[in-house]
Amino acid sequence: MGEVAVPSYRKRVGYQAALLGGFATLAAALLALGDISTRDAIAERHAEDVNASLSQVIPDALHDNDLLDDQITLDDNGRPVSVYRATRDDRVTAVAIPIEGKGYSGIIELIMGVDVNGNILGVRVLSHAETPGLGDKIEEKKSDWIFGFNGLSLDNTPLKDWAVKKDGGRFDQFSGATITPRAVVKAIKEGLEFFRAQRAALLTATNEKKAGEKHDES
Amino acid sequence: MSLSYRRIGRDGLWDNNVVLAQLLALCPLLAVTGTATNGLGMGLATLAVMVASGFSVSLLRGLITPEVRIPVFVLIIATIVTLVDMMMNAWVHDLHKVLGLFIPLIVTNCAILGRAESFASRNQITPSVYDGLMMGLGFTFALVALGAVRELLGSGTLFANAALLLGDAFAFLQLTIIPDYKGFLLMILPPGGFLALGFLLAGKRIIDARLQKRRALAETAEPEIDAGAAATSGA
Repeated sequence: MGEVAVPSYRKRVGYQAALLGGFATLAAALLALGDISTRDAIAERHAEDVNASLSQVIPDALHDNDLLDDQITLDDNGRPVSVYRATRDDRVTAVAIPIEGKGYSGIIELIMGVDVNGNILGVRVLSHAETPGLGDKIEEKKSDWIFGFNGLSLDNTPLKDWAVKKDGGRFDQFSGATITPRAVVKAIKEGLEFFRAQRAALLTATNEKKAGEKHDES
Repeated sequence: MSLSYRRIGRDGLWDNNVVLAQLLALCPLLAVTGTATNGLGMGLATLAVMVASGFSVSLLRGLITPEVRIPVFVLIIATIVTLVDMMMNAWVHDLHKVLGLFIPLIVTNCAILGRAESFASRNQITPSVYDGLMMGLGFTFALVALGAVRELLGSGTLFANAALLLGDAFAFLQLTIIPDYKGFLLMILPPGGFLALGFLLAGKRIIDARLQKRRALAETAEPEIDAGAAATSGA
C-alpha cells in the first residue's frame, strides 16, 4: 500500500459513507439470496426433526393423520402450549405435549406422548445443555432412564412418587447429577397435570377445529 | 509483499499457526473440541470462511479506504458466516445440530479478521486465498488434534459420528480405541480443553527446539549448503 497516490475524493466523508452503505446493501442482497435458496430446505429439515421426535413418543399405529397438521394451542396458566394431536378416524387417540424443565444449566426441552387415558406413551429430550457424562443420561442415546416413564400416569403412580429417590420418590437420580433428573420428573408430572386439567379441551377440540376450518382461510 | 507460497504454507500450518503460535480463536477451539469429529467440522467451516473472506477482502482491497476498513471487513465476514450457517443448516443438518451454536461465533473469531487486516488487504487474490486455505488448514489441524486427544482420553473413542459429517463412506474412521472405557469426564469438560491445549503448545515448543538444534548442527557441519534454512530460522 502507499505506492499509488490516493485520489482526493476517497478522503471525503461522502465516499466513505457511500462505501459502507454500498457494502451493507450488497451484504443484505447476498443474505436475501441465501435465505431464499435455503429456506425451504431448512423448513423441511426442521419438520423432519419434529416428526422424528413425535413418532418416537406416539406410535404410528395410533394415528392416521399427519401429526404436524393437527396442532392446537391451549393456555397453561398464561403460557401458550402447542399440542400435537394424533387422530384415527377423526377421533383423538393421543397427544404430544411439549414440556420444559429447569435443569442444571438452562432449560431442558422435552416432548411427551400421552394417550387418551393419561398414560405416558413416551418421553424424549429435544434439547438440553446438561453436563456431558453426568446430566446427559436423560438422552435416550446415553441411557434407558427416560424409558422408565412409559406407561405411567397420575392414576397408577401416586403424586408423592413423582420425585427422584433422594426426594422420597420412585425415580433414580444419576450418580453426580440430581438436579437434572429432578427437573425432568417435575416437568413430566406437570405435563400430566396439564393433560388432566385440559383433557376435555384436548380431546374434543377436533370438532371445533374441523368446524373452524370451514371459516378459516387456512 | 512477495512472500513465497512455501513461506505462507509453513506459516499457516506450523510456524504462525492460528492456535499453536498466535493463540487466537481459543473460544471456538475449547468449546467444540470434545470430539475429533466436532473439531473437524468446525475447522472445515472456519476454513471455508477464511478462504472466502481472503478472496473477497483481497478483491475489494483497492476500493476499501483505511478509515472504514474494519466495519467493512466485519460486514464481509459476517455475511459469509451467515451464508455458511444457512447452507449447513439446509444441507448438513445433523452436523449443524451439533455445531449450530458455534457457527455464528465464527464471526467473532479474531483470527479471520486478523488475516483480513494483516494479509488479504495487502496482497493479491491468489496469495490471499492460499493464505486463508493454509491458516484454515492449520486451525483445522489444531482443532482435530485437540479434539482427538480429548475424545480419546475422555470417552475412549476416535472420530465418533464421523459418518454424520463426511457421509457413510467414512464410517471406518469411527474407532473405539479403548473398549468398555468408563470415561474421564474432566477431559470432555472445559478444564480438559485447557489442559490438553497446554500440552499441545508445550509439544510444539519441544519440536521447534529440536528442529532448531538440528538445523544449527547441520549448519556448523556443512555451512555451505544450508543458506535457505538460516534465513528461515531468523524469521
